[in-house]
Amino acid sequence: MVGTLAGLGAGLAVIGAGIGIGMVGGKAMEAIARQPEAVGDIRSNMILMAALVEGAALIAIILSFFAQPGLTA
Amino acid sequence: MRKLISLLTFILFLIIGLTAQEHNQPSEHQEGVVHEEGHALDCSADHSGHHGPFDAGQTAFHHIADANVYSIGPLQIPLPCILFAPGHGLDVFMSSKFGMDAFGHGDGHKAVNGYILDGGSVRRIVTPGFPTGVVEHGAILHQKEMVNNKSKTITYVCHDGQLFKCDDKSKLDAGMFGGGLSSFYDFSLTKNVVSMILVGLLLFFAMRGVARSYQRRDGKAPKGFQSFMEPIYMFIQDEVSKPFLGNKWERFNPLIQALFFLILGLNLFGQIPFLGGSNVTGNLGFTLVLALFAFFVTNLNGNKHYWQHVLWMPGVPAWVKTILTPVEVLGLFIKPLTLMLRLFANITAGHMVIIIFTSLIFIFGKSGENTLGALLTAPGSLILSLFMMAIELLVAVIQAFVFAILTASYIGAAVEEEHH
Repeated sequence: MVGTLAGLGAGLAVIGAGIGIGMVGGKAMEAIARQPEAVGDIRSNMILMAALVEGAALIAIILSFFAQPGLTA
Repeated sequence: MRKLISLLTFILFLIIGLTAQEHNQPSEHQEGVVHEEGHALDCSADHSGHHGPFDAGQTAFHHIADANVYSIGPLQIPLPCILFAPGHGLDVFMSSKFGMDAFGHGDGHKAVNGYILDGGSVRRIVTPGFPTGVVEHGAILHQKEMVNNKSKTITYVCHDGQLFKCDDKSKLDAGMFGGGLSSFYDFSLTKNVVSMILVGLLLFFAMRGVARSYQRRDGKAPKGFQSFMEPIYMFIQDEVSKPFLGNKWERFNPLIQALFFLILGLNLFGQIPFLGGSNVTGNLGFTLVLALFAFFVTNLNGNKHYWQHVLWMPGVPAWVKTILTPVEVLGLFIKPLTLMLRLFANITAGHMVIIIFTSLIFIFGKSGENTLGALLTAPGSLILSLFMMAIELLVAVIQAFVFAILTASYIGAAVEEEHH
């Protein structure tokens, strides 16, 4: 049962990160369409923001993995 | 030409499917190592006949873990083991003393001074009465047991028909995530340490060569390897150091560059297939040290302005300060913590996904019972693995860049001059 809950936690984290990265990517595309000359700045900021969102999700995934007993030993 | 390519692809799939078959023959490869659950362990029983079901999760964890032996296919390169146990003393020997087989998955036959090699890692026998010196031992058994209401896998080793309990691996990350520190300290030059030293030396000589050619060819256009490194170096300097570090960028630029190139080098080195797959940046201990560097450099260089903003944010009402100060102080520690976990999680997740895709062959092939299933899954698994490897190349660069950019932004925030 614990394993099931850990999987559920990982899945929920991915939903959140998916929404977040989707918004980052979508808004960046909009920004590039408005100002194509600023594509370099927008891209590096987009990667930075995506990494921040993804970091939170990955922490959740890793924690749910390690909360599962018996896997780390 | 096209026919030849499709023929070659078919043969490749066939070989992969057959290798997968062969790899799961129990008698060939995991000699006498049995994962048992539930029932009591018995040394006298013959363990070579039956075999537990294929466990993709365990396989993945085994492959991303650090090891005391560097295995490249059938080649098992021994590494020096430096082990210390309080009350027992220091042991220094090469891990070849454990007597590993080719394709043995890092399991030894021999115990050395009460240490055994299990799945590539050294474990210490804690039950008293085990003879010292180099002793041949029997099967290594794993059993899930309840310890303090938590299910834990305990390792036992057979010797003279008797069971001897083994301690956990001595690993910093095992201690951090509930494994607990064990009764001995492992200072060995493990696979990760050796890879890190190799990549460090490689980067040192490459960078020294580039620096020398700048001195020798001062004022001239870059040439050869120099012209390969210059755009990368300039990209980090112009896109990361200068915008984020402000007017003190020259002081911290070497740190940012070193972090970027070390992480990138190790990420890429760990992704070379069939080269031992050392997972250095996917090791919590390594990322912890990098994060500690970021933490200390940020906070030791923090100016008055930075500490004022952390401890007593100016320009907000007093009751808001009581909320903001704890949050900001927590933030001091959360920032390096996320740096540590982000790199670790990205690299580990990538490696694990590739192993799980490869494991699909074994899962659908029912561990060697269903040849057709394995053969049918192999092409799909190959394509998915190749796709994931391509993604991982991208992730290797992005994560090195992100680590550099975030470290630069934390340091930049700490050394920034007052401007309002």
